[in-house]
Amino acid sequence: MTDDSAAAGRLLPAHQWLARRRQDVGLRQYVVYMAALLIFGLFAVILRDDGFLTASNLLNIGRQAAPIAVMAVGMTFALASAEIDLSIGAICALSSLVAAEAVGSYGFVAGAVVALAVGAGIGLVNGVIAVKVRIPSFLVTLGMLGIVSGVARNMNNLQSLPIRNDTFLAVFGGGSAGPISSLLIWTVVIGVIGHLVLHQLRWGRHVLSVGADRAAAGALGINTDRIRITALMTSAAAASFAGVLLAGRLAIGRHDLGENLLLTVIAAVVIGGTNLFGGRASVAGAIAGSIVMAMLNNGLILMGLRVADQLIARGVIIILAVALSMREQKET
Amino acid sequence: MTGAAGAPALEVEGLRKSFRAVRALDGVALSLHYGRVTALLGDNGAGKSTLVKCISGVYAPDAGVVKVNGVAQAISSPETARSLGIETVHQTLAVIDPLDVVENLFLNREHTRGGRLGAWLGVLDKKRMRAESGEILGRLDIRIPSLRRSMSALSGGQRQAVAIGRAAAWGQQIVLLDEPAAALGVEQAARVLELIRNLREAGVAVLLITHNMDRVTEVCDRAVVLRQGRKTAEVDVGEATKDDLVAYITGARAGDLDR
Repeated sequence: MTDDSAAAGRLLPAHQWLARRRQDVGLRQYVVYMAALLIFGLFAVILRDDGFLTASNLLNIGRQAAPIAVMAVGMTFALASAEIDLSIGAICALSSLVAAEAVGSYGFVAGAVVALAVGAGIGLVNGVIAVKVRIPSFLVTLGMLGIVSGVARNMNNLQSLPIRNDTFLAVFGGGSAGPISSLLIWTVVIGVIGHLVLHQLRWGRHVLSVGADRAAAGALGINTDRIRITALMTSAAAASFAGVLLAGRLAIGRHDLGENLLLTVIAAVVIGGTNLFGGRASVAGAIAGSIVMAMLNNGLILMGLRVADQLIARGVIIILAVALSMREQKET
Repeated sequence: MTGAAGAPALEVEGLRKSFRAVRALDGVALSLHYGRVTALLGDNGAGKSTLVKCISGVYAPDAGVVKVNGVAQAISSPETARSLGIETVHQTLAVIDPLDVVENLFLNREHTRGGRLGAWLGVLDKKRMRAESGEILGRLDIRIPSLRRSMSALSGGQRQAVAIGRAAAWGQQIVLLDEPAAALGVEQAARVLELIRNLREAGVAVLLITHNMDRVTEVCDRAVVLRQGRKTAEVDVGEATKDDLVAYITGARAGDLDR
């Protein structure tokens, strides 16, 4: 971090501590949290007159981070198993429409359940084709991205589908428990569940094992096909839930809700310390990475960049951020 | 847990396995006995690892019978082999780098807690597994600095020791070792041999693939020689010199079984 010798002298104990920690968990686990603080500090200074630090803007960042974070938690499992799911943005959008449709007909619980079932079903198809037909998941899910986007566009002729169920909107979108918005609660719930599944459940450890060394995991009797399929189902179901949250926040289902979040989500997960090629995963890191990405989005808008320039800036930042975090990962 | 010393644990008959035009195994027979260490010898490409992989469920043989305790079994997957009490240490060790020592010892054999719901969800009982890991490694006198270290932080010898410890812990009947002491230092290799002797004393049937003739004469009771997918010789180690064994392996001398 700092090569300044005086500073290094003072920081020696901390360096030793980090070196020790590094052996077991790696410094990379902390990079994303430092980056989050750094970006927050930077924007707080340069954008203080543009309202970055206002309560309403910070809440706005939180609301934007929620669907990213939910998708990122799901994607963490796909990447941990050495698969990737490029169809999550499309699944998210389709799910917002499915939820809107189902809420109108069957009520608010059905809205969420049907959307999640559709997502998990698409994930199942992704997984079965990738595993049984032996097509790399990036290709299968790239094809699925097109299919699902097309289906979503056909579903309501490119029109938004309004949601008028107040319970649905309160639970999945604009509502709050006291001062805490429901989106924040869902993000925390999904994050905690994801963390526990990864670290405390057999399935989580098996996902990591399959991603680290599929042949070895298979030789120990782990059903690697089942693990890879269920990992892709997890990423797809999480994307569906993100679609439900977006629909709840905006009170509509639409064919493009969250469609453009794919790259943002992958960047959030990788910045958070998950290996793009399997075997290492961090759910907490993915959530922190999502907050970083949401802050960057927000900051670029507050800086007054035009949409076209935002796209360019975001692309550059994502490549840089991922490159940096992967370099850090390779070192250890 | 194991049969009487000398009783057959595993019998293989007429095992065949081809990869496209290559006949890796061409009708191999082999038997392993409780409390005995059998060496599986042969040049590179003789079919040793293929044989081990057929027994451990990694490959499905094209033809042949595998009997465990006298009963013919279809070993269709590694999980089947493990559930029959057959444990394998593959050349690659099959340890998972990002997991720690405890997780590797118990991989796919995890203890769960929380009753039936916990078992269904797979809620890991980490405390119990950590305690038992200490016992397993202690019993085999394997020294690892910390059970919570990830495997990637361990030395080659320690990784090998964990892989063998796992096989010994779960291989109640039959343990297959594919070059477990390759690439080890002198002292570490000696410790692996000690582990193999412990397994034999516990009544386990052991198959040891090795290229090192000293190891054969030190720990093995019998030696089976493969050449081009066929068994060319089977001898009591006490009745053959190292030179004899090498001659069988290279084909300089035709074994009794070679026609």
